[in-house]
Amino acid sequence: MITIENLTKRYGATTVVDSVSMQIPRNSLTVIVGTSGSGKSTLLRMVNRLVEPSSGRVLLDGSDTRAQPAHLLRRRIGYAIQGHGLFPHRTVAENIATVPRLLGWDAARIAARVTELLEAFALDPASFAGQFPHQLSGGQQQRVGVARALAAGPQLLLMDEPFGALDPIIRAKAQDDLLDIRRRFGTTIVLVTHDMDEAFRLGDHVAVMSGGRMLQYGPPAQLLTRPADPMVSRMTGLADRAMRLLSLSTAGEAALPGTVDGPQVPASATLRDVLSELMWRGVDAACVTDADGTARGHLTVAAILARGRP
Amino acid sequence: MRPDRLGALLSAAGAAALFTLPFVVFKANRIVPGTPHALSDLLPAWAAFSCYALLLAVAVVALCVANPRLRLLAALAGVAVVALAVAAAGNALTPPDNKVVRVAPGAAWWILMVCLGLLGTDAITRLRPGPGRRVLLLAVALGVALLALAHGTFDHLSIMREYAVNATRFAHEGARHVALAAGSLGAALVAGLPLGILCYRVPRLRAAVLGMLNLIQTIPGIALFGMLMAPLGALAAAVPLAAQLGIRGIGAAPAVVALFLYSLLPIVANTVAGLRRVPRVTVDAAQGMGMTSAEVLTRIELPLALPVILTGVRIALVQNIGLVTVAALIGGGGLGTFVFQGIGQTAIDLVLLGAIPIVVLAFSAAVVLDALVEVMQRAPA
Repeated sequence: MITIENLTKRYGATTVVDSVSMQIPRNSLTVIVGTSGSGKSTLLRMVNRLVEPSSGRVLLDGSDTRAQPAHLLRRRIGYAIQGHGLFPHRTVAENIATVPRLLGWDAARIAARVTELLEAFALDPASFAGQFPHQLSGGQQQRVGVARALAAGPQLLLMDEPFGALDPIIRAKAQDDLLDIRRRFGTTIVLVTHDMDEAFRLGDHVAVMSGGRMLQYGPPAQLLTRPADPMVSRMTGLADRAMRLLSLSTAGEAALPGTVDGPQVPASATLRDVLSELMWRGVDAACVTDADGTARGHLTVAAILARGRP
Repeated sequence: MRPDRLGALLSAAGAAALFTLPFVVFKANRIVPGTPHALSDLLPAWAAFSCYALLLAVAVVALCVANPRLRLLAALAGVAVVALAVAAAGNALTPPDNKVVRVAPGAAWWILMVCLGLLGTDAITRLRPGPGRRVLLLAVALGVALLALAHGTFDHLSIMREYAVNATRFAHEGARHVALAAGSLGAALVAGLPLGILCYRVPRLRAAVLGMLNLIQTIPGIALFGMLMAPLGALAAAVPLAAQLGIRGIGAAPAVVALFLYSLLPIVANTVAGLRRVPRVTVDAAQGMGMTSAEVLTRIELPLALPVILTGVRIALVQNIGLVTVAALIGGGGLGTFVFQGIGQTAIDLVLLGAIPIVVLAFSAAVVLDALVEVMQRAPA
C-alpha cells in the first residue's frame, strides 16, 4: 500500500535519512524503531510531507504523494504524536472534529462520528465531549489524540512516539487499546518509537534505523534469528533474545496435538508467559485451551525451549 | 489580635493630615493665594462631629477587622463622607450668587482620599473578585461619581467652577483625547498585528524590527513630536493633497503618528511573544492533520496568542491615554490643553480639570482590558 523509494532527506551537508526503500503492506502495523537522531521521525514525516524529501518518492496505493497539495494529502492520513498535541482552546469534541470539519462534513455526521469514536475509546460522550484537554488525565488525552487522528476514517495512521509521555502501566493499556483499534477499524498503522519492547509488542513488521539508514526491515522474529547487521542484534538485545523470541509466538500457534494432565493456559498467552507459568508450578506440561475452555492441544517445556532457538 | 499593619499606617496618616493640614483652601478669586481652613471651622458642630466619628469608625475597621467585605464597605463610606464634607464646606464658604471665590480641597482632603482609596483597593485585592465583578465595581463607582457631579453636589468647588466655565470645550477636548488615543491604537493594531506575525515567521526580521521599535520607545514624547514636525510640515508643503487631508507639522497629524509609533512596540512584541508561547507540538499536530498555514494561524496560533496580544493592547492604550496629554503642546488637542493652560495661568484647578479625567480614563481602560485578558485566559493553555 505504501511504497517508499530511495527516500532521502539532507539538511545542508548532513544526511538525516539516507536512501530508504520499503514496502508497507495494507492493514499491517509497521514499527520504525531507532535511537534518537536515527532519522526515524523524519522518515515518518516525509510520508505525510510535513518534511519534503530531498530525493526519492512515496507512493500511496500506487499514486505519488506529490500529486496533490500537502494539506489535502494530510487530511487523508491520520497523525498522532507524542504529548498528543491536542488544541488547548478547544473541547474534546471539537478536537476530534478537526479533520471532518476541514473536509466539510455536515454537523450531524460530525456529531455522530465524534460520539462513535469517544465510545470506541471508552470515553463517555456525555461527560467528556464538552471537556477541555487540560481537564483530562494523561492517558485520556492520549486516547483523544488517537481518536482525533482516526476521525475522518483514514486508511493510514502515522504515529510518532505516541506513548512516549505515558507512565508504564498506562502505556501498556494504551498499547493494548491500539491493537484493539487496529482490529476494529482495519487501519494501516506506521508507528515510530525508540523503545524496542514496544516495537516487538506491537509490530508485525519492524524496521530498524540507525544513522539515517534502514538496517533491517522484516517480521520481528527475523530480526532476532537473522539479524542483518551487528547493530540490529545490539539494539534488539543479545542477553534476552531467546525470551524475546518466545514472546513473539502464542501457545495456540505452538500447541502440540493431544492433551495432557496439567495446568490450563489460554491459546492467546505467549510462550514466554507459558514457560514462566510452568517454571512457577514446577511441572513439565500444560494444556492449551481456547477462550471457550475447549482443549486445543498441549505444550511441554522441551517444546517451548526448542522454539527459543534460531 | 494583632492590629492590621496597612490599616495602622493609613489611619495614622489620615488622622495626622486631618488634624494638622487644611481640609479646604479658600481663595477670594482664582489667582490669589488662599487661606487654609480645618473641617471643624466650616461645618456646624453636629456635622463636624459626625464626620470625625465616622472617620474614627473607618479607622477602627481598618485596624481591627479582617473581613475584606467590611473593609471595602468602610472605605466606601469614608470616601462618601469626605467627599460630602468638602461639598458642604464649599457651600458654606461660598456667598450666594458669588462666582468669583474659589474653594479648593486642601492637602488633608487629598491625603484622606488617597488613604481611603488605598484601603479600598487593598480590600478589593483581598476579595479577589472575578473579571466581571471588577468591571461592574468600576461601572458602579463611575456611575455614582457622575450622578453626584450631574446633580450639582460639588458645584461650589473650584474644579467644578473651572468646568462650568469650560463645559463645551471640556466635552470637545475629552472626546478628542479618547479619539487620539484609540485611533492611533487602532492604526497600530492594523499595522502591528501583521508585522508581529511576520516577525514571528521570519526570525531575522524580528531582531531588526523589535530593536527599531525599542529605540523609538526610548525617545521622549515631546522630542518625538518635535522630530515629526519637520518632515510632516515638509510633506504638507510639497503635497497639496496631504495638506488638504489635514496633515501638517503641528496639530493632530504628528500626535497620531507619534502615538502610533509608540503603540507599535507593545503590540508587535506581544504578538511575537504570544505566538512563540503556542506549543510547537500543537502547531505540528495542526499541520499534520492538514490545516493550511493560514488555517493554522487563524484557528490555532492567534486564538492561543490572544491573551498575550491583548496584554499588549492594554499597555499601548494606557500609555497612549497618558501620552496624548503632551500632544496638547503641539496643537493636537485633548485634555492636556487644560493642563498646560492651567500651568500657564498658575491655575491649579484648571490643571486638575485636565489631569483627573486623564487618570480616570487610564485607570478604567486598564481595569476593563485586564478583565478581558483574564476572561481570554480562561480558555486555558
